[in-house]
Amino acid sequence: MQNNKKTLWKVIGASSLGTLIEWYDFFIFGSLSVVLATKFFPADNPTAAFLSTLATFAAGFVVRPFGALFFGRLGDMIGRKYTFMVTLMLMGGATFLIGCTPSYESIGFFAPLIVLVLRLLQGLALGGEYGGAATYVAEYSPKGERGYWTSWIQTTATFGLFISLVVILLTRFLLTEQQFDDWGWRVPFVLSIFMVYVSYLIRKNMDESPEFKQAKAEGKTATNPLKESFGNKYNLKFVLLALFGAAMGQGVVWYTGQFYSMSFMKTVMFLESDQADLILGIALLLGTPFFVICGKLSDKVGRKWVMLTGMLLALLTYRPIYESMYQITNLSTKTETAAVIAASHTTIETSDGMNEIHTTTQSFTDGTSVKNTEITHLDKNKTPILKDGKPYITAKSVVHISGGNYAKLVFLIFIQILYITLVYGPIAAFLVELFPVQIRYTSMSLPYHIGNGIFGGLLPAVSTYLASNALSKGQADYYLSGLWYPIIISAVCFIIGAIYITKSMSVTKKDQ
Amino acid sequence: MEGLKRILGIVWIALALLTAYFCVFHFGLPKLSTGHQEDLVFGIIILFILTPIISIGLAVFGYFALTGEYDQKKM
Repeated sequence: MQNNKKTLWKVIGASSLGTLIEWYDFFIFGSLSVVLATKFFPADNPTAAFLSTLATFAAGFVVRPFGALFFGRLGDMIGRKYTFMVTLMLMGGATFLIGCTPSYESIGFFAPLIVLVLRLLQGLALGGEYGGAATYVAEYSPKGERGYWTSWIQTTATFGLFISLVVILLTRFLLTEQQFDDWGWRVPFVLSIFMVYVSYLIRKNMDESPEFKQAKAEGKTATNPLKESFGNKYNLKFVLLALFGAAMGQGVVWYTGQFYSMSFMKTVMFLESDQADLILGIALLLGTPFFVICGKLSDKVGRKWVMLTGMLLALLTYRPIYESMYQITNLSTKTETAAVIAASHTTIETSDGMNEIHTTTQSFTDGTSVKNTEITHLDKNKTPILKDGKPYITAKSVVHISGGNYAKLVFLIFIQILYITLVYGPIAAFLVELFPVQIRYTSMSLPYHIGNGIFGGLLPAVSTYLASNALSKGQADYYLSGLWYPIIISAVCFIIGAIYITKSMSVTKKDQ
Repeated sequence: MEGLKRILGIVWIALALLTAYFCVFHFGLPKLSTGHQEDLVFGIIILFILTPIISIGLAVFGYFALTGEYDQKKM
């Protein structure tokens, strides 16, 4: 028993570390999307450049289901261990190469093209990795404890985001702004190759999963997992139920808590970027242990209601939570201590001429401060550059919060992370138990990556569209409109899950 | 409960059609005609990836529900 536990911890350690690194690799691209936009996409229009990166980001998500199919098939035919070694190397290689790709200024159109291809490879690799790791751990775990043991794999996605934020913050901290902009942004990408190598060495010595080994020895592995998974009506109905009754809602709750919240803090609340990253990082760190708690809870009370509780709470409370977040930096409700407490005026040279930067700082009674920056773009003769017949001036305001407001915002993000742990903690065990060993890797990977990658991955684009529409219609609470997407998806998923998912569906139940 | 599962099958099929309509006519096609590169990518993703997965998948799910594939005795 002691030996079994020891083996299990080794399996968990090796699987989780690799999956953690894959998530890290996947997230640094998103976390650095603003910098990447300036490096790899034509910079004439910063918004267009950013959206291009966002499109690349979406492409990264859209290919994940194809990775799930390709590697899932391999995993069900050849074995779990071999397959997730390949995905690990593919992900590490692609990430490292993104860090080495010359910028648009150096090689022109090839730069975004190479980055796009590498991003697609990242998506493919991630599509294959997660299902393999979850299946591998579940097949080692004792029956009745799969929720607990697979929940360690579930922590990796959130922890991967946390690590990516820490590495980026540390790199920014150790370098000057100019160094980071010149070459420092490449560091988090290049670092990946070392982490992947360590994980490769650990995984290399692991054995194939006992259930798969047994199936292989008995000649029971699938010859065509794709056909058996999706061409067979009996299995297909479980794939569809897993997607619409669990994975779809899980995907949007996950992305709302981890990404929409970050985007909301930076683009709607205008919070200082580093402060927003740190707040999310703290909430992620506080919330991560709850993946294991929720996984264990699902072993006791069943997976279904733990997941559905998360969805229900999310759809009922998202709007009040985001309204509270918005009010934290709503300056119209705050009292200013002095009109302007600090002002500075500097000039920096640029390739076109120079920029005159005028900065003022406002302070408020609750500890909030706002830094307003106005940049006047001048040519080499120090004459203002004209845009649309007017002097080209860009302005931005960045809000910094402290004290009670800071704690309140951490708490509001933490609640959203708790919802994630409820829906995401038990889902690996839930999906693994739905399908038999012969087609498990393929069958569980596809609904997971469609739910998570497509429904979740498109959340920023769809929510931005909804919020822009509401703004153009003059709705006062336009900033909450983007939430309708996760709310509606969660509601539909909750109803389907509550009515159609039953205990008798589990393969382990049928085995007993 | 079995009856409810079947009746809701019609709702899922209707929802699949409604989703297809919104995805094609409100999100997808208008994006293709704006002339902006970022809209084109978004429109293509909506029309050719998201819409088929959601609509066809949900319609098949609804059909299975309607025909009793999710009845307790068949699970």
